[in-house]
Amino acid sequence: MVGSVAGTAAQRGRKKVESVVVRFAGDSGDGMQITGSQFSSSTALHGNDLATFPDFPAEIRAPIGTTFGVSAFQINFGSRAIKTSGDKSDVLVAMNAAALKVSLSNLREGGLVILDTGSFNERNFVKAGYKVDPRTDGSLAHYQVMEIDISKMTLDVAKPLGLSQKEALRCKNMWTLGLVYWMYDRDLQPTIDWLQGKFGAKAPEVAAANIAALKAGHAFGETVEISGDYAGYSIGRASIEKGLYRLVQGSEALAWGLLAGSQLAGLEMLLASYPITPSSPVLHSLSDLKAFGVLTFQAEDEIAAACAAIGASYAGRLGVTASSGPGIALKTEAIGLAIGTELPLVVVNTQRAGPSTGLPTKTEQSDLYLSVYGRNADAPMPVLSVRSPGDAFETAIEAVRIATKYMTPVMLLSDGYIANAAEPWLVPDIADYKPFPVKFRTDPEGFHPFLRDPKTLARAWAVPGTPGLAHRIGGIERDYNSGNISYEPENHQRMTDTRANKILGIANDIPEQQVEIGAPGGKMVVVGWGSTYGPINRAVSNMREAGYDVSHIHLRYIWPLPRNLGDLLRSYDQVLIAEMNTGQLRTLLRAEYLVPADGLNKVSGQPMMISEVEDAIRSRLATAKAAE
Amino acid sequence: MNAPAKLTPDDFATDQEVRWCPGCGDYAILKAVHKTLPELGATHENTVFVSGIGCAARFPYYINTYGFHTIHGRAAAIATGVKLANPELNVWVVGGDGDSLSIGGNHLFHLLRRNVDVQYLMFNNEIYGLTKGQFSPTSRVGTKSPSTPQGSVDRPANGLRFALGAGARFVGRAIDIQQANLGALLKRAHGHKGASFVEILQNCIVYNDDVFAHITDKKVAADAQILVEDGKPLLFGKDKSKGLRLNVKTLALEMVTLGEGGVGLDDILVHDEKNRVLGGLLADLEAPFPVALGVIYCDPAESYEAAVWGQMAQAKAKNPKPDINKLLRAGNVWTVE
Ligand code: SF4
Repeated sequence: MVGSVAGTAAQRGRKKVESVVVRFAGDSGDGMQITGSQFSSSTALHGNDLATFPDFPAEIRAPIGTTFGVSAFQINFGSRAIKTSGDKSDVLVAMNAAALKVSLSNLREGGLVILDTGSFNERNFVKAGYKVDPRTDGSLAHYQVMEIDISKMTLDVAKPLGLSQKEALRCKNMWTLGLVYWMYDRDLQPTIDWLQGKFGAKAPEVAAANIAALKAGHAFGETVEISGDYAGYSIGRASIEKGLYRLVQGSEALAWGLLAGSQLAGLEMLLASYPITPSSPVLHSLSDLKAFGVLTFQAEDEIAAACAAIGASYAGRLGVTASSGPGIALKTEAIGLAIGTELPLVVVNTQRAGPSTGLPTKTEQSDLYLSVYGRNADAPMPVLSVRSPGDAFETAIEAVRIATKYMTPVMLLSDGYIANAAEPWLVPDIADYKPFPVKFRTDPEGFHPFLRDPKTLARAWAVPGTPGLAHRIGGIERDYNSGNISYEPENHQRMTDTRANKILGIANDIPEQQVEIGAPGGKMVVVGWGSTYGPINRAVSNMREAGYDVSHIHLRYIWPLPRNLGDLLRSYDQVLIAEMNTGQLRTLLRAEYLVPADGLNKVSGQPMMISEVEDAIRSRLATAKAAE
Repeated sequence: MNAPAKLTPDDFATDQEVRWCPGCGDYAILKAVHKTLPELGATHENTVFVSGIGCAARFPYYINTYGFHTIHGRAAAIATGVKLANPELNVWVVGGDGDSLSIGGNHLFHLLRRNVDVQYLMFNNEIYGLTKGQFSPTSRVGTKSPSTPQGSVDRPANGLRFALGAGARFVGRAIDIQQANLGALLKRAHGHKGASFVEILQNCIVYNDDVFAHITDKKVAADAQILVEDGKPLLFGKDKSKGLRLNVKTLALEMVTLGEGGVGLDDILVHDEKNRVLGGLLADLEAPFPVALGVIYCDPAESYEAAVWGQMAQAKAKNPKPDINKLLRAGNVWTVE
């Protein structure tokens, strides 16, 4: 795998490990996200399974050296199945004092810290809020520390290639990456190719300097190896399903899923969106797909985005609007119009921590109420949730299917963690998906716009341009039998019931809820939705190995809920809902099924940890046992 | 196949009972639109009326084409989606002054600046009718209403100035009951490729009756209105004896009488539709000046949806057989065996 001869020689001395968590942390301007994504690519190509967690500040360029300017990228990789980006890191690369300060608590005891001593000076200590040099006050006593003047070593190789001091220093992330590549026996070539592609043509000296820094870091690893303390590691290939893989980020997979869904529906798409963190990458991905007939519209605001998407659906395209919590709040009136006029629409909500601006770059699952309940009047709509980057593709297709088949807006919930995280993805073949072509109404015979399919209750979709079907629809209540304005009391009752029943009926058209791990019935089930899939799944499997009777259920369908879910939940003695909010799914499940569900809730802006779920299971099952 | 029978104004009426107050100016506008559509060669299927909320916004229910009565202020945004989705459609947007300039001001601004090819008809009655008579963004200072018992203190918005400021390429004004002028303006707006902004002074007989009487009253009309025509001198008054002259020192228009103080026809400004500065001066005119009517400004440029579809055509030409499987496999991939 490793291209260099030295690497192969070093293989003999390498320690075998099953999985490792590495965290790269530095200043916003240090290129940590690039370092992390390059490391991810090489690791994927190396045959490991992996999960990543880019953790960056809201400010684009916070003052250099401050703790709030720290940008980090965590990756968990191994020869076994990797389900989360890892609770604690084994290795922390700290490019400056602030990065050390912010990330040290995330390092396991005995873990390795790699420090760039070149940036460890009085000025940076002050900016990071250290009173004394953290290397001398004993705070690193429980860790292994590798102190390297990365800044100087980078300058030594990069400056002679014609770069200014400042430019040359920017290559230190590549030096560091080279070192970590050596530690884990990764191939340099993909990153060299990437650097050539990115800078080769425009700025060959920048490409050369970065490549030189990468190689120098790698060579440094080989040299210090002699000391024995820092022997490299080797991590075997993960045994994963056969097939063709790529790395995929959640927002990218979601965008592609929307495209795939629109193709399966036989429609072209219009995405209308307004820039907002962390949803914008969906807009960016789709903006480059015009050849597929995808139109993107960057609207003047969130409301206009929702409205333009509705206008497009009215005119016969698949209207999609994407945003994040605050933006979705603004769209709610428009979503109500789509519910009332029964037009298809996919509303993507990449959730973030709130309320209001909250923590825009941090993750949370706190828009479940907003999605299920958050509109004026009785305004039901289906709500689907994405559990991982790769799953975003599948769930987006399902959202399009439901929206077009049932003539309804659908809320598709992702979150900031999924949007930015990457994982190896078994690339699907579009030919394996069953098409669900939309049939526009064209027959004028007996037509009115609210004629319903007796089975799905979906109304006829007649688009402007169709002869003989000219009609008027709008936000005022529509007559059940003609679609004309109606203020009749019975009609409003009937239409409200019909809209609700149409959505509830979707439960018959979605799969029954499966148990991810474990079996129906037993002492406890942990129920989750969205991006907590990984930690819950790993925790439940660990606890089962340790002899605990616990299962895992993970919901894709938040509304309507799967038809067997009530019975399934009642088959367990205890139901624990683990979610990154203060108990929103718990409220919903209690209300729907009257089950005494308990909650594990976390809203720190950080992903849920495996150990947190394990502790919650342990304490509850131990208490139950004691009570027996 | 037989040539399609020529449509009549009645063909564009619907079976829905019109629910405006008797005597409302909206009836006159509806009549003009019913009459104009067949003259434009419009069809039921390719015409779409989109509206927001308000008395004016009920309009689509009374026109036998496709119609979408949406939410307050957002008709411009929804119409943008409709036109983008299918540029073949002939899209009209209808809104009142509150719908267009208050809650929907943002969307109207962007529709005009983007130059989406729709006709935007703003029925201006200087009041909120549907919500029972509150002052509106075009109400004059001192308007007494349920929410301004002592008279409003807000300075009113000028719809035409707003539209010009937003970069609209077509701006015109008409009066509800002047059927011929209104019809002619609607035709020009329809013929204009790009966003056309048409303000229609509309009398709300219930909450703001006669608010335009100082312009429309037969006794004063000749002096209180000026119907502008491209290439023609800006004349008004009985026998067209008065005109507008530019005072080059103040860069303002002034009213002059032909033959008085040595004023000849040569002194009178000639209307030039493509002159945006002149459009602005005309848009500003209010009593004691005559109010400008007709096509105030018209200077076409590429419309938004045409540019967007042009980019899509380019992308399709570059990649005529796009394949999603290929897209998913682009970049770094590897095989696990
Ligand atoms: S309230 Fe005024 S604008 Fe509304 S329908 Fe009655 S007269 Fe017309």
